[in-house]
Amino acid sequence: MTQAADPIIICEDVHKWFGDFHVLRGISVEIRRGEKVVICGPSGSGKSTFIRTLNRLEEHQKGRIVVDGIELTSDLQDIEAIRREIGMVFQQFNLFPHLTVLQNITLGPIWVRKMKKSEAEELAMSLLERVGIPEQAHKYPAQLSGGQQQRVAIARALAMQPKIMLFDEPTSALDPEMIKEVLDVMRELAHSGMTMLVVTHEMGFAREVADRILFFDQGQIVEEAPPAEFFDAPKQERTKLFLSQILHH
Amino acid sequence: MLSTPAAQAQDAASRTSRPAPRPESPFGSGLPLRRRLRAAWAWIRENLFSTWYNGILTVFTLGLLYLALKHGLRWVLLEARWAVIPANIQPLMVGTYPRAQLWRVWAVLATLALLSGLSAGAFGARLKRAAAWGAGIAAAFLLLPLSAVSRAMVLACAGLYGAGLLGARGRRALRPWLVGAWFLSFPWTLFLLWGVQGSQLLPRVETSWWGGLLLTLILAVVGICCSLPIGILLALGRRSSLPAISWCCTAFIEVVRGTPLVAVVFMAHLLVPLFLPDFRIDKVVRAMIGFTVFTSAYMAENVRGGLQSVPKGQYEAALALGMNSPLMMVLVILPQALRAVVPSIIGQFISLFKDTSLVAIIGLLDLLGVARSVIANPQWLGLQAEVFLFAGLIYWVLSYTLSRSSRRIEKALGVAGRR
Ligand SMILES: Nc1ncnc2c1ncn2[C@@H]1O[C@H](COP(=O)(O)OP(=O)(O)O)[C@@H](O)[C@H]1O
Ligand SMILES: [Mg+2]
Repeated sequence: MTQAADPIIICEDVHKWFGDFHVLRGISVEIRRGEKVVICGPSGSGKSTFIRTLNRLEEHQKGRIVVDGIELTSDLQDIEAIRREIGMVFQQFNLFPHLTVLQNITLGPIWVRKMKKSEAEELAMSLLERVGIPEQAHKYPAQLSGGQQQRVAIARALAMQPKIMLFDEPTSALDPEMIKEVLDVMRELAHSGMTMLVVTHEMGFAREVADRILFFDQGQIVEEAPPAEFFDAPKQERTKLFLSQILHH
Repeated sequence: MLSTPAAQAQDAASRTSRPAPRPESPFGSGLPLRRRLRAAWAWIRENLFSTWYNGILTVFTLGLLYLALKHGLRWVLLEARWAVIPANIQPLMVGTYPRAQLWRVWAVLATLALLSGLSAGAFGARLKRAAAWGAGIAAAFLLLPLSAVSRAMVLACAGLYGAGLLGARGRRALRPWLVGAWFLSFPWTLFLLWGVQGSQLLPRVETSWWGGLLLTLILAVVGICCSLPIGILLALGRRSSLPAISWCCTAFIEVVRGTPLVAVVFMAHLLVPLFLPDFRIDKVVRAMIGFTVFTSAYMAENVRGGLQSVPKGQYEAALALGMNSPLMMVLVILPQALRAVVPSIIGQFISLFKDTSLVAIIGLLDLLGVARSVIANPQWLGLQAEVFLFAGLIYWVLSYTLSRSSRRIEKALGVAGRR
């Protein structure tokens, strides 16, 4: 377990403001290689903002973030290098509507990783196989269901062969019958040993897959525990309140 | 069926959301005569005489139409002296381009016909529709009072178009080559028309010899082709995070947009030689510069609108893949932004096509300029109406064809379908 103990993400006292609004108020956390971390908390508590600071879609204003040994500063080269190692899956999929599924997946490998086109397409097909929709390769995103689109988005992120995957509420925009197909893909990914940070309200998924759960409230990590402890014996009042709301509605 | 998946999706969408059936039109339905007459009567009553004031309006309009048509048709068919058009067709089409070098104009048309045919084939146009377009354009040319040789040339171009269409059908692999060929067709055209100093085969034809419809089209095409990339750069510059760049671009755009086209063309005419005294830049090039400057400011605003229509998530998805911003713009943002503004770009082209007539103020003879000089000729005194009607008709046919083809291009690019 020595290798697994080595942290791939280190956050030290991270702060962020949107104008006067203090969104992140001192986040300190370390994520180990291969760890699966689920982030939950009430809406507006800064979960999205936090995981977006990790690949610098948002800039933090105080504190330190180190990803895979590189500190996030305003150095563009560093930022691009880090983004290549971090895959991100969005709530709204954000597939490129003017490109086919296959082109969506190969775009990054070809232009950013400088992979040969044939190689990239082979990789894309194997990823589509993995997420269960190889037959959709030549369609456009608008012709797919939400669940299929999100699986393409996962394949697109994986095609960059990242070390870390970030998920921002990947199932929140989906119809209930499509949630499972996306969670199944994520489960399989978790078992393959990927480092994952997942913002989600799917508590079943969290309990089953997570090594650790971070509970966010008002820009702080209020509670941090393995799932069994988190769900069965939460320590903080705010956690208890949140769990009671989310589990009995 | 040979339709693309996008078209299928559209079909499906139109099937599910078909509008309520309209009251049946009496025209062209296969009913027996008596029922058809009754339907026609019902249609007339419902649409033309539904209320008393509608009835009065209908009668009044019919009266006006009758008068206009009666006199108009009599003039067009009997009184007008159309001989002026065939007698001047060559200057109207190509200005003073030397007769012996006219084959170069035909070579350009042939190139364009072949490319159009190949593109229609390779990009999957429906055979019947593409053929109808080709035939329509050829027919329009044949309606012009051209010489027998010219007519043969038109037919040859039509043949090339047809051959291209059939030859490229279903060959998707040709597509990238065709895009490249279209880009090259532009310098190729200018090269053919302009020629080389001292060459036997392609002697230089100075631009001062260019005129008529040829000049009109060249000015418009050069204006659009050059202003699109400049407009894109200006639009990107305006959004730049560097204040100096953004300020300069904004200033340029706003100054040009606040100036009438005539003034821009005139200033280009006067100022370019002052700024570049060492080069003798001829009038046509100066006019091109003027139109390009003017159009690129508007183009920049079009493109800016397109950029704003691309959702923020697209930028984030591209950045999250590790793209730098030029790559993001070229691969992800601009293709979507430009698709969204194809209609306004074509609109811009149509208005530029008509506005090129302003080159008269710097003494160039475009289609309208030639028309003016024709009626100034004592031999054709008093024939303004004939000549201007003919010029107007040409402007209209071309603008209308363009605006129709704009819809096809939009569809082909999936402006509506893919989002
Ligand atoms: N770009 C922004 N500008 C200003 N405020 C923002 C911006 N993005 C998010 N916020 C605010 O920051 C807070 C945290 O947002 P977010 O991280 O999206 O929360 P969560 O994902 O936990 O629901 C919210 O109150 C939101 O309104
Ligand atoms: Mg959120």
